[in-house]
Amino acid sequence: MSRRGETVLNYAVLTLFAVLAVFPVLGVVFSAVTPPAQSSPSFTVPHSLYLGNFATAWQQGHFGTYLRSSLLVAVVTVLLTSVLAILAGYSFATFRFPGRGVLFAVTLVGLMVPAEAFVIPLYFDLRGVGVTDTYWALILPQTAQSLGFGVFWMRNFFRSVPSSIVEAAQLDGAPDFTRLWRILVPIGRPALLTMAMLVFMWTWNEFLLPLVMVTSDGLRTAPLGLTFFQGQHTTQFSLLAAASMVVALPVVLLYMFLQRHFIRGMLAGALRD
Amino acid sequence: MAVDARTATRRDTAQAGAPRRRRRIQWVGYLYILPALAVLTVFLLVPLGQCVQISLYHWDGLSPATWAGVANYVDLARDPVLRSGFGHTLVLVVGFAVLPILFALTLVAVMGRAVKLRGLSVYRVVLFLPQVIASVVVATSWVAIYAPDGVLNGFLALIGLKMVTRPWLGDFGTALPAVGLIGTWVEIGLCLVLFLAGVAQIPRELYEAARLDGAGIVREFFAVTLPGLRGQIAVALTLTVIAAFKTFDLVYVTTHGGPGTSTVVPAYLIYDRAFNLSQVGSACAVGVVLTAVILVITLVINRVSGGGE
Repeated sequence: MSRRGETVLNYAVLTLFAVLAVFPVLGVVFSAVTPPAQSSPSFTVPHSLYLGNFATAWQQGHFGTYLRSSLLVAVVTVLLTSVLAILAGYSFATFRFPGRGVLFAVTLVGLMVPAEAFVIPLYFDLRGVGVTDTYWALILPQTAQSLGFGVFWMRNFFRSVPSSIVEAAQLDGAPDFTRLWRILVPIGRPALLTMAMLVFMWTWNEFLLPLVMVTSDGLRTAPLGLTFFQGQHTTQFSLLAAASMVVALPVVLLYMFLQRHFIRGMLAGALRD
Repeated sequence: MAVDARTATRRDTAQAGAPRRRRRIQWVGYLYILPALAVLTVFLLVPLGQCVQISLYHWDGLSPATWAGVANYVDLARDPVLRSGFGHTLVLVVGFAVLPILFALTLVAVMGRAVKLRGLSVYRVVLFLPQVIASVVVATSWVAIYAPDGVLNGFLALIGLKMVTRPWLGDFGTALPAVGLIGTWVEIGLCLVLFLAGVAQIPRELYEAARLDGAGIVREFFAVTLPGLRGQIAVALTLTVIAAFKTFDLVYVTTHGGPGTSTVVPAYLIYDRAFNLSQVGSACAVGVVLTAVILVITLVINRVSGGGE
């Protein structure tokens, strides 16, 4: 095939998948600006732009509170996971100590265990010490859940760092801890951003834990709030779409922002040309 | 630049260099893993152990528990709903894991040679979009797509297939595959971003060598990209298969396990039994079995893919 034909084929394949990915999203956006009278699930393009759905959903659904809860829980979980995963990943990748393999395997168990398997006893444990219905009941279990992947991911990164860089840092005489944060972590920014992005998304999307752990309306995260809102407005598709956009938009915007860094970091790649 | 060149040549010797380190035990290693391990233990491993313990009791969550032995497990083996729940998960694995990985590999095969395409980063952003949208939002929009008067039936009627239109999530035959296809839509982005990150780590010289050898897009993919992506494929497979087994939100929002029990999955059974039916012991038994199945599958995937490491 000619070079030009190949390029056209590439664009055709990419465009097809891109359209498939974006289609339901556009459907939600169009529904959200459709007047309630014209509301239907069939994603029709509205006759006129109507923004009242957002105001109605915001007022009736307490989405301001839900978004604040979601943001707080997700940010703290990402920070905690990153620090703990960097430390543990670095240790598993570079230090030699008895039981390293076994302890790493134990960490990986956290990557595989479904939340459903520990959320029930955890609920009764945390209720026993009065921690349910607090942000900690959402942050700490989700940090634990993210650590399996985080440690696995950071260990793989630290193992991939060429020994020349580690040796150069050792010649500096820098102690281990300084070397980790001054040299290796900055090099690992692309890997770190990927991890932070994934953990942020998982935490934001998490539904079962908030559903089980939190009963106060003021602590509900955005997805949980949306299902409550959904229960009250089953067939009002335009209103549901507006609420859905409110829940999804902050992450989508942050993603656009992080994705640029992520792609730039990936292409520039501190360790390659 | 000089550093970059040295880095590239040192890459292959990095592994061989490791054993040269001193052999003495580095106790500080324990200190670095302690915080992570503590959080994991308190909030995940201990409750997991308790789950095994509770599964051996009859307990409604309030009154004192009574010893049940393996009764909860025997119930599960006899319970057709639970058995079908695990069967349903296999259908979801096709939707969540098999299809997305095949699609993403196809895309990477196309894009691997297309590094110079303009606007590639825009496509990447769009393709990954489903992954960042809260699953409850995803479910809400697909409910509208699958609705009786929704967009899918409208499209089918438009192209003259009115006879196959149906309420996709309300039909016993189509509800489960319909949920699985939502998973496909969600997971393609994750697989793709993982594979693209992996391709970026494959030494460019390998591609240049393949091109000098006159390798076409297919041979290049099988000779360079696929072997180079083995680790990422293992990660993607592990994550997506587990996602399929963990499926809860999508079923909770779209079908609540229905119609009948046609989309009941283990995770939904666990929640339903523990918090709606007050059968906490039985719910924990499902949790233990689900965890065991996931562990076995994950170990098999890693054993098969990580043979060389």
